[in-house]
Parts: sequence; structure tokens; C-alpha cells
Amino acid sequence: MSWPNDRRLHVTQQTLDSIVGHCLDAFPEEGCGLLVGDPAAARVVSAHPAQNIAASARVYEVDPKDFLRADREAEAAGLEVIGVYHSHTHTDAYPSPTDIERAVDPSWHYVIVSLRHERPATRSYRIVDGAIEEELIELTGMAEPIG
Amino acid sequence: MPVQVRLPTLLRQAADGKSTVGADGDTIGEVLADLQRSFPAMAGQMVTPDGTLHRFVNIYVNDDDVRFLEKLDTKVADGDVVSILPAVAGGA
Repeated sequence: MSWPNDRRLHVTQQTLDSIVGHCLDAFPEEGCGLLVGDPAAARVVSAHPAQNIAASARVYEVDPKDFLRADREAEAAGLEVIGVYHSHTHTDAYPSPTDIERAVDPSWHYVIVSLRHERPATRSYRIVDGAIEEELIELTGMAEPIG
Repeated sequence: MPVQVRLPTLLRQAADGKSTVGADGDTIGEVLADLQRSFPAMAGQMVTPDGTLHRFVNIYVNDDDVRFLEKLDTKVADGDVVSILPAVAGGA
């Protein structure tokens, strides 16, 4: 099967499982967290669960304290916050109008976990000037050290 | 007071790609004004035209959110680290 563009997000199965696991734990509220990794390689090294201070099944807002902590850990590791994940508890894994409106950074990866059906579905997107482009989530082996 | 300012990725382009820059000021408002003097492309990104902190921007002085201190009037001290973070939100 071919993919319509070259965009990829590289992530380990272990990290992906931790993202989905956090979203399931947060249910019925939306779960959210930051993705830390290597922006040039589009590679997630670690997922950082955050508190959803909106405490809602329909919206999320990352606790800025958790963002600050993830940013510091990323900086110490020579990495960056490269995106955010959150769950859709009642809809498919596709950016909502609110997701598009509030997309903070065109360089970020936006991972959405849908819990609408029994089996969670996870997809990743880039959102640039309101335009949505899906990217393939490419599962990799264990994360290799940077440098 | 000289402080270090940690920039979000979105603002780094305006600062020649740097993730941390130095700035001067006695308050957060003065630090942000100094940043905008040094990097004019940041103008309007953090402070609204009526002089308040933009709703979708969070600013920390070390470990403290300035919204729970004195907002833009929050004092800074020599060597403080100021972190500028976008508010990350969305929803279905």
C-alpha cells in the first residue's frame, strides 16, 4: 500500500502503547500529552502525559506546568517538544475545528487517538495555516540514542 | 536585570533559530518589550494591543506562572529563567 505523501512520524510501539494507554486511563475525559523527540528526523523519543486542565470529554488543554516540565526534559536531552497527542472520546481520529483553530505550531505533529470504537485508532497530522495533512505513523524499533 | 528567555519553537524563527536568548528588564512586561526590540518579528505574539498578556500564551518565571503572580508586572531578578509557552489545547 502506498502513502500519498512523504510525511512520516517515527515512533516505537512501546511509546505508542503508552500514549494509547494514557488516553484509555483518562477516559471518559480527553487525555493529552506532549511528544518529545528529534524534529529533523520526525522521531518521537518519549511521550509525556499531561493533565487535561479542561477536565472534559470534549476539549483538552495541556497543563502548562506539564509543558514546562516536558520542555526542560527535552532541552536537557538535546531534544525538543515536537508535538502533542490527545484523545477523541466520541469522534474519529481526525482534527476537529477546535484542533485546527488552536493548532499552535505548524512544525508540530498532532497525534489523535480515537476511543470512539472498542479498538482505539491512532493517526497523526500536520496542521499548517488551517490545512490538514495526515502523515504515516511508522513504527520503529527501540529509540536510538541521539548524537 | 538580565534574564534568560526560553522560546517556544514557533518564536525561534524570529530569533535567528535560537531556543534561549538573553533579555533585560525589571518586570516581565519590560523583558517582553526588550525581546521585541531585539527581535521585531515577535511583536504582537505575546502581548495584545491593549497591553495584556495574550490569552493563548503562558509565561513562567522559573517555576511560577505569571498569571498567578502580577502578570506583566511580575518582577524578575538577575539570572531568572523566563519560559514562554503556547497554550496547547483543542478538542472534538
